[in-house]
Parts: sequence; structure tokens; C-alpha cells
Amino acid sequence: MELNWRPLIPPAAAFLLSPLLLGVINRTKALFAGRRGQPLLQLYFDIFKLLRKGATYSRTTTWVFRAGPVVGLAAVMAALALVPLGGLAATMPFAGDLLLFAYLLCLMRFFTVLAALDTGSAFEGMGASREVLFSALAEPALFLALAALARHSGSLSLSGMISGVGPGSWLTQGPALALVAAALGVVVLAENARIPVDDPNTHLELTMIHEVMVLDHGGPDLAFILYGSALKLWALLALLAGLVVPVRTGSAAADAAAAVGGMLLLAVGIGIVESSMARLRMTRVPKLLVGALALAALALVLVLRGGGRP
Amino acid sequence: MNGSLPIEAVLVLLVITDLLLLGSSRFRTCIRVVAVQGLALGLLPVLLHGAEAPARAWGLAGASMLLKGAVFPLLLLRVLRDTGARREVEPYVGYTLSILGGVGALVFSLWVGSRLELPGTALTGSSLMVPAGLATLLIGLFLIASRRNALSQVLGYIVVENGIYTFGVALVGGVPMLVELGVLMDAFVAVFIMSIAAYHISREFDHIEVDRLDRLRG
Repeated sequence: MELNWRPLIPPAAAFLLSPLLLGVINRTKALFAGRRGQPLLQLYFDIFKLLRKGATYSRTTTWVFRAGPVVGLAAVMAALALVPLGGLAATMPFAGDLLLFAYLLCLMRFFTVLAALDTGSAFEGMGASREVLFSALAEPALFLALAALARHSGSLSLSGMISGVGPGSWLTQGPALALVAAALGVVVLAENARIPVDDPNTHLELTMIHEVMVLDHGGPDLAFILYGSALKLWALLALLAGLVVPVRTGSAAADAAAAVGGMLLLAVGIGIVESSMARLRMTRVPKLLVGALALAALALVLVLRGGGRP
Repeated sequence: MNGSLPIEAVLVLLVITDLLLLGSSRFRTCIRVVAVQGLALGLLPVLLHGAEAPARAWGLAGASMLLKGAVFPLLLLRVLRDTGARREVEPYVGYTLSILGGVGALVFSLWVGSRLELPGTALTGSSLMVPAGLATLLIGLFLIASRRNALSQVLGYIVVENGIYTFGVALVGGVPMLVELGVLMDAFVAVFIMSIAAYHISREFDHIEVDRLDRLRG
């Protein structure tokens, strides 16, 4: 019996290539700043270096602190089984998997937050509170955007939604899809702690969100966290790339190549956004996320009205 | 439905600019957003008539784009500079809540739009036309009511006018050009007079905040 390899392509690509996305973002930012920048593969080096080290645990922490990174990585890996890569269906698509996808990402965040709170550090509690607030605001935007896609494609699984978007759907539903893409773009930036919401390079404790939560992790735990966040970036960018690069040739290799190319382009786009704008003031972030929610709601409305038409 | 795509894009732009107006805190940004809204709306009659647009439609589009895209913004920017008003719009209702209210207004207008019986003469290029016009109207009213600066009320007035314009274009394709030009002229005169009024209020009272106008000057 011949093994069917096609469903394994999307997660395999994610596991192998996701740290590259952060390399691309960093190189783009370096280019804008006139620097040479770190190697494209820097995150791979970092992860291997950290994996060889030992971890130090504070005596005030409990098993929750150690479980955080492991559960987080496991959750995002499970979520990747639901994410399609362009026209290629995911490993385990089923109707309604968008809910599981969103809440696996939530589970990852929940355990990161628990681990941060477990250290008893005031800073980490502050970061945890901000992270939870912003993700609670990003969640409705994500769901409304996905609902618009579901209505457009008539499918309730992420794979069906993404493969239901072809070049033709941009011609008939262009405005709605552009709105969905914009809302998803804001969600990607917010969920991955990128610049208008959070600065991944910041070392000023008062403004940190995501970075502050992982201050106490070291060694393999930190490697898990870094790899997990790279995988999360990949998962969300894969959805966005499937939407904005609707290349559906039918051949697995061409589709996968187009999707990965689209994701690399989006990574360059994130780099440009990060180089060209400043971080928003903390009180302005909810406005941005509510704006994304409004865009997604508008898209859903458009799709609902045009739903009867092919 | 390929032909309606540009119209829908214009209408979506209309709604997005409405939401932007609700969310942005600077006068300059608001004035520019209103200018963009006026430019986008100016395209509407031409798009509605398609390739065989009569000269009437072109003339109307040109006049309305010139007025709403260039004259109004310049006038308002001038007032902003001369009165030395604060650069923030100072709303009574927070920005986030305003955006959510805008979404609510949109949903409400969609509901109304689906109930409304349009006369047979209506030239609707897109089913979104009536709801977008209504939502713009409501959001313009909200802008007038929820901001304490006289200049934002002028902006709100222009937005209301844009909403009525969209609604009117959808409802009756064949209004005589004279009437349409008359409406444009009215809007122009209104904005002109309101700008002058705002200027004089600022000279008399040293501010243009309407919630302080009821106090006696000592």
C-alpha cells in the first residue's frame, strides 16, 4: 500500500521552515535600518544552542512553570495539523476545526500566562494581564473574519475555506476579501506580538507584553517558547497567505511553493511595517483591535449579502 | 455581478472612512478623511451610469469632487489654523465605543435597508447602496452630537450630506441636474457660513467648544 504524503506537507513545511520567517522579518528590518543584520537562520542556531543548555528553576515555581512551554509547544503543533498550506488541505481537516484552531492557540497563551504568574514576579503579572486583554480583543476580530470566509466558501473547516478562495472570488467579492485580509493582518500582528501592538525587541520593562512573560524561562524551555512562537506566526500567516495568494493549480508542489512564497512576502511586509511605524501607545491598542473587528464585521456583512451569488 | 464591483468598492470605502472618522483623534486627519470620502462619492454617479454616462453625470461628478475633495477641506484647514483650536477632537464618547456604535449603526441600516420598499425607478447599482447611505447619515448625526467642538460639527454636517447624497443617488437616478447642482450649492454655502460662524465664535469667546457657549462671559 502506498502512503499518501500530501496531507503531511503542510505541517512538515511548518516544522522545518517557520524559524526562517522570523529571519526574513529581521533581515528586512536590518535592511531598512542600514545594517547587515543577523543571519537568516539565526533562530535555528538560537534554538539549537538553547536545547544543549540546562534549565534553571526558581524555588518559588511549581510544576506549572515547567509545564508552560511544553504545553504551549504541543498546543501549537496540534493546531498546525488543522492549518492548510495554500490549496493543500491540512492533515486533519473537519467541519468546525476553526474553533479548535483558535482555542488551541488560546490554550498555548493560557499556559504561557500561567507560567508567568507562577513565578510571582510583578513584571510578569503585568505582561500577563496585558497579553490576556489584547488577545481577548483580537479574538472576536479573528472569528468574524473566519466567519466571513466560511460564509464565502460554504465550508466550516479552515482547509475548505482557504481552498474555496480562488482568483475568481477576488473578482466577485474583492472588497469583502480585502477587508478580511486587513482584519486578519491586524490579528496576526497582535497575536504574534509584532510592532504596532508590542515590540519584540524591547527591553524596557514598562512597555513589554509578550517578552516580559518569558523572562524567567531558560535553556530548553526558552527554546520551546521561541520555536512555539515561530510556529504560531507560521500558522496565522499561512491562513493569510492562502487568502491573498490564491494560486490553485492542483499540483501539490506548485501550490505549496506559491503559499510559502506568499508567506515569505508577508514576512517582508511585516518587516516593512515594523520599520516604518512606531509602537502604538498602550491605550491606543484596543482602538486598533476594535477597528479590525469593525473591518471584519463589515466583511461579514458584505459576504452575507452577496452570499447567494456564485 | 462583475459590473457592480467598483460601486461596491466605493461604498466600502465610504463605510471605512465613516469608521475612521469615528476613531481618529486629530482634526487634520478627520478633514483629510472627509476629503477622501467626498472624492470617492464623486465617482458614484459616473460608475452607476456605466460606460454610457451622460455628460450630466460627468459634470456632477466633477463639481462634487472639486467641492468636497478640495474646497471644503481647504476651507476647514484654514479655519482650524486661524481659530487656533485644539488639535484633538475631544469627543464626549470614547473612540472605541464610537467605532462599536458605528458598527451598530451599520447593522441597523442593513436591517432597515432590507425592509425598505424602493420605488421602481430606483437605480440601485448595488444592494449595499441604501444601507451605506443610511449608515453614513447616522454616523454623521452621531459625529455632530458627540463632539464638543464646532469644527467637528461642520465635519459631521458634511458627512450627513454625503449620506443623503448616496441615498439620493440610489433612490432616484434621474434628478434634474439643476436640482443636484442646487443641493451642492446649498452644501457649499452652509459649510462656508458655518466656517465663518466658527471663526467668529472663536474671536468672541476664545474657543469653539459648544458645551461652553451657554456660559455667560464675564
